[in-house]
Amino acid sequence: MEYTILLLILPLLSFLLLGLLGSYMKPKVAGIIGTLSLVGIAVVSYLTAYNYFAAGRNAEGVFPTLMPHNWKWLPFGEGLSIDLGVMLDPISVMMLVVISTVSLMVHIYSLGYTKGERGFQRYYAFLSLFTMSMLGLVVATNIFQMYIFWELVGVSSYLLIGFYYTKPAAIAASKKAFIVTRFADLGFLIGILIYGFYTGTFSFEPNTAHLISAGAMIPLALSLMFVGGAGKSAMFPLHIWLPDAMEGPTPVSALIHAATMVVAGVFLVARMFPLFIDYAPEVLPWIAYIGAFTALYAAAVACVQSDIKRVLAFSTISQIGFMMVALGVSTSMDPHNGGLGYMASMFHLFTHAMFKALLFLGAGSIIHAVHSNEMSAMGGLRRYMPVTHITFLIACLAIAGIWPLSGFFSKDEILAACFDFSPLMGWTMTAIAGMTAFYMFRLYYCIFWGKENKELHKAHTPKESPLTMTLPLMILAVITCVAGFIPFGEFVSSNGTAYHIHIDATTATISLVVAMCSIALATLVYARSKQPIAEALATRFSGLHTAAYNRFYIDKAWLFVTKQIIFRCISTPIAWFDKHIIDGFFNMSARCTAYLAEKIKWMQNSHIQQYCIWFLAGTVVLTIILLIL
Amino acid sequence: MVQMEWYLVLSTFMMFAGIYGFFTRRNLLTMLISIELILNSVDINFAVFNRFLFPEQLEGVFFTIFAIGVSAAETAVAIAIIINIYRNMKNIQVRNLDKIKEE
Repeated sequence: MEYTILLLILPLLSFLLLGLLGSYMKPKVAGIIGTLSLVGIAVVSYLTAYNYFAAGRNAEGVFPTLMPHNWKWLPFGEGLSIDLGVMLDPISVMMLVVISTVSLMVHIYSLGYTKGERGFQRYYAFLSLFTMSMLGLVVATNIFQMYIFWELVGVSSYLLIGFYYTKPAAIAASKKAFIVTRFADLGFLIGILIYGFYTGTFSFEPNTAHLISAGAMIPLALSLMFVGGAGKSAMFPLHIWLPDAMEGPTPVSALIHAATMVVAGVFLVARMFPLFIDYAPEVLPWIAYIGAFTALYAAAVACVQSDIKRVLAFSTISQIGFMMVALGVSTSMDPHNGGLGYMASMFHLFTHAMFKALLFLGAGSIIHAVHSNEMSAMGGLRRYMPVTHITFLIACLAIAGIWPLSGFFSKDEILAACFDFSPLMGWTMTAIAGMTAFYMFRLYYCIFWGKENKELHKAHTPKESPLTMTLPLMILAVITCVAGFIPFGEFVSSNGTAYHIHIDATTATISLVVAMCSIALATLVYARSKQPIAEALATRFSGLHTAAYNRFYIDKAWLFVTKQIIFRCISTPIAWFDKHIIDGFFNMSARCTAYLAEKIKWMQNSHIQQYCIWFLAGTVVLTIILLIL
Repeated sequence: MVQMEWYLVLSTFMMFAGIYGFFTRRNLLTMLISIELILNSVDINFAVFNRFLFPEQLEGVFFTIFAIGVSAAETAVAIAIIINIYRNMKNIQVRNLDKIKEE
């Protein structure tokens, strides 16, 4: 499997080529080079996945963890070193497939979407950089390599959100995303350092004796790592950057802020899952509670947003909440007895990546046609954009959890895992799943049915996007339709042994009924061109509506904390200290020197013989001193 | 044979004559000559100590030759500077040198 290193080299080369020589190329050439390199990466990924799973299980009945490459990069002595390499195990191979598929679709789609934009070459260079970082993150052989690539994805996310760098909102959003995730990554870094200090290694499988002797430090380290994961995966209250990140180009939102980068936090928890189960089982329920609250919060906000990308962003936050919950409700390594959540989470990650990328790309196609993000500019688009309409509908049905689309299967596993944990958790998540179906169909009806903005459409008739954009939509729609039938448990499960997915009839019925009711409700409220019920509800609960529309003022709360408390009470005194005490000390010493120089200036009078007398006097004095001593 | 002390007395005399001349003369050229006197007195010391104390070695003599070479070079530089000063000020009085810094 030595060829897997190509997964990192190909995008790196493409990034360097496009980044350094891109401005000498025609935009189209740059786009084709980027896309071709992605085709290569996708082929290598699929080959890796095929070879890995075809090689079969070892004697213990699990897929072996392979390390085709592992170089010692920074040795710190006593066995502690930072290594770089490639590690293959079921979840990293699964992620390789997800990332390369979505990235390839986004590359093809962008050929049409960003056609004629300024900085087309730069865009493809950044996409390559992102792909390399994300692939490096999932194949990391140790926690520190993961951290390095973790920061690299943060950088490429920052660069791509700020792609339209002439737009102030985009600049603000990119800075916000970078600072919030960096803030969370501080927790991650401290967690890694504690982990490395107490276990003596950065690898994912430390010495058992070290782990036991570390005692309470391992839960602490794992909790801090979860903080980093929560920042990247937009868990409450660190979710504030993700909705704003929608200022970036829509394909970027599909790739980074829906399918791949934001699930890095889930991937991190899954990667550390054996340690969580064995050494920090008390942390896992908290992950579940945070995930559940985030899912509920984001679903509530998504119900009232008017910008279609914001709706999708909150939907993403909510779905990542589902994945976190699924990991958090696991209580053992055995998938038949409490460990189902791990498999459910990874399965949902896989299916969600596909249908959420499809939703975002569909939204991009719509925005491309009407040149606006607002629902008020849309409505009735089904007549103009048939392909986008059908694929978007498929994705909406999938996220709502309707049989036989992929979302149904993965969500059902998550709900089953939640019911195993506690009935309360199960019912809560079922209700949130119902809200998901409601807001997704609200979105669907407001875009494709509902009240048409006739004036706008008359002035500028929306038309179906070109084939480069609709082809990825169709491919992803096909994947969304069939992905549910992949025997996912055969490949990925908490302890690595084969798990045969079976649909729990009660859970499935409940979730299907809830989803159907929600869709019916959304149809009743939003499908027609007049929406009296929605308006009545909005006026009846105007306080709640306004609060939800303003995202329950979490952004304001953060602004208050940073601006009023941190900046005013901590930063300002520190700035004063720096300006007046630290700088003042050096200014004073400089002034003393200047003053002294002014005072002895008269000695430099260019009377050579006077200099000589001083010199002679000095010599005589020195001689006398030497003679006396 | 001349005693070593006589040479040293001579060189001391030359040395102080040089220092005296350097401080009292007002002309740059005579100041330069005074410097040469100081240097030569030192050269004599080197040669004399070598000759009387370590006759089987030659370091002192070589150092003398080396110092003569260096002082020749230094004299050349000094004279070049003095010529330039003369071109600018039409004299080589040392008290006029403080005008250089104002130009």
